[in-house]
Amino acid sequence: MKLRANLVIGGALFALAIVVGLLAPWLAHTDPVMDANLMNAEEPPSWTWWFGTDAQGRDIYSRVLYGARVSLTVGIVSQLINSVIGVALGLSAGYFGGWWDDVVNALTNLMLAIPSLIFALAIMAVLGPGLTSLLIALGLTNWSFTCRLARASALSLRSQGYVQAATVLGYGDVRIMITQLLPNMLGPIVVIGTLGMGSAVLSEAALSFLGLGVRPPFPSWGSMLSEAREQITTAPWLSIFPGLAIFLTVLGLNLLGDGLRDILDPQSRSRRT
Amino acid sequence: MTGSPLLEVEDLRIDLDDGLRRVAAAEGISFRINRGETFGLVGESGCGKSITALALIGLLRPPLSIGGGVIRFDGQEIQHLSAARQRQLRGNRIAMIFQEPMTALNPVSPVGRQIAEMFVLHKGKSWREANQLAVEALASVRVPAPERRVKDYPHQLSGGMRQRVMIAIALACGPDLLIADEPTTALDVTVQAEIIELMRNLCAERGTAILMISHDLGLVANVCRRVAVMYAGRIVEERGSADIFRAPSHPYTQGLVDSLPRLGSRAALGRSRLKEIAGVVPAITRFPDGCRFNPRCAQATDICRATAPQTEGLEAGGFVRCHHHA
Ligand SMILES: Nc1ncnc2c1ncn2[C@@H]1O[C@H](COP(=O)(O)OP(=O)(O)O)[C@@H](O)[C@H]1O
Ligand code: SF4
Ligand SMILES: [Mg+2]
Repeated sequence: MKLRANLVIGGALFALAIVVGLLAPWLAHTDPVMDANLMNAEEPPSWTWWFGTDAQGRDIYSRVLYGARVSLTVGIVSQLINSVIGVALGLSAGYFGGWWDDVVNALTNLMLAIPSLIFALAIMAVLGPGLTSLLIALGLTNWSFTCRLARASALSLRSQGYVQAATVLGYGDVRIMITQLLPNMLGPIVVIGTLGMGSAVLSEAALSFLGLGVRPPFPSWGSMLSEAREQITTAPWLSIFPGLAIFLTVLGLNLLGDGLRDILDPQSRSRRT
Repeated sequence: MTGSPLLEVEDLRIDLDDGLRRVAAAEGISFRINRGETFGLVGESGCGKSITALALIGLLRPPLSIGGGVIRFDGQEIQHLSAARQRQLRGNRIAMIFQEPMTALNPVSPVGRQIAEMFVLHKGKSWREANQLAVEALASVRVPAPERRVKDYPHQLSGGMRQRVMIAIALACGPDLLIADEPTTALDVTVQAEIIELMRNLCAERGTAILMISHDLGLVANVCRRVAVMYAGRIVEERGSADIFRAPSHPYTQGLVDSLPRLGSRAALGRSRLKEIAGVVPAITRFPDGCRFNPRCAQATDICRATAPQTEGLEAGGFVRCHHHA
């Protein structure tokens, strides 16, 4: 099989972000929070300070590394919550149909009608800032696409011979949904999930930028951008590096999603063989 | 209870309810199958064979439903059992394989796992034991190198191999009854014969009764001891299979027998179908009055168009449903 550029580049960028987050304590030059030193305030990038320093003299390079932890945790965990909710609702709605399908459809339409970031903002307003609130807010507000997709797949898979065969063999509904339907719709769900992770990273940045994310002084890319906005002309590196980190991570996830779609989509697969 | 028949169907009626009205898609269906017996259900496509099979395993779905009658399995009436109780019978005591070996297996699951699932589901085995049993089950349907094959995905197997896997799945739990609905229609002729032979041998070894459903009277009569002929939702004749060939009683059965290639002329099969029955099976909503076969029957008279014939016992055993039967 030919390796596709989007899959390789996307996968590499995402892997890089994960490695950076995991190895932050070893890769970082200084402690991202404690090592403030006003003597080094607002140093531009140099051999000593790779990405420069902020107004309190903290090393931006180290803070960007640690920031990956927040961004990726939020991206991965909140998207997992979304995927589980979306699959559970959509799959059961498509499989059972009837009133349950109507309920799920109404709920999905409601979610689609409200911009998810606004909805997340509302939840954050109730829960207050912090990592847990972020995970909950973003995890509960972006499942509608997954749900739609799972429902449509369940509807079309329901009439497949192997689903009917399973019924004939005495499988119960839950067993049919888990063994016959879910594995056969997993490809597109993973694609949507990967793209959703990208948008969760962006949403985290946006919410943190608005001061609703992880509490300072612990770094997240969004909160770093937020703190940097007053010095954007005087010390642009404060914005450039966290911005670049967000950009590359989201780009990586989108490329990865596209690449996965290319190999998982049966139509494009048959076109190549 | 070993003296009683395994399956007894009495006056079964299947309704089709399209929201406007309710019509009988099948009615007066009665037959019995003894333990270990092979019983055939024949008729052209659309006669109601498959819906009868679905009724037996409690899988009729709207707009179809059971409209009356009794289905007794192993002495117990099962037509009103709860969904959960019916599910315990399906796959465990009554198994079914059907036409499409290409689509009846889950494409993303190794075949061994699909066999093993039956032991986990119905016999409460651990996955470890079940996987071992799956290898044995695959060996029993004569799949070569079963311990390697269990890891294969359906697309790696030929149509015949897949149907073998389906048989392994169906027979995994040692059912009392195997319903085979056109099990070989999608396969080519040489493979067909192998699969039928395998199914018959395995069921004979294990004392599993077979309800064999097909449009092919030759195939059914070859496999089964007794045959019921179905036309437009009614059983029109039931006989021993040797009798049905030698002296078909119902004009429809005669038509089916005449349309079979004679022994020794199988080669002619592809070129000239001998004596097809003219016309087609009517749709459920267009069943004619009187005998439903009358528009296609050469022997039809006024009484055939006015009154539906009742079943009549035959001296040689079996029954027929025709005013002017032979
Ligand atoms: N789900 C259904 N809804 C409406 N009509 C059906 C349905 N399934 C089968 N039928 C009708 O019932 C009749 C018998 O069908 P079937 O049992 O599949 O025939 P066979 O198996 O003998 O070819 C046919 O006229 C068919 O059109
Ligand atoms: S009852 Fe009349 S129409 Fe029906 S099969 Fe017999 S002869 Fe033909
Ligand atoms: Mg059929």
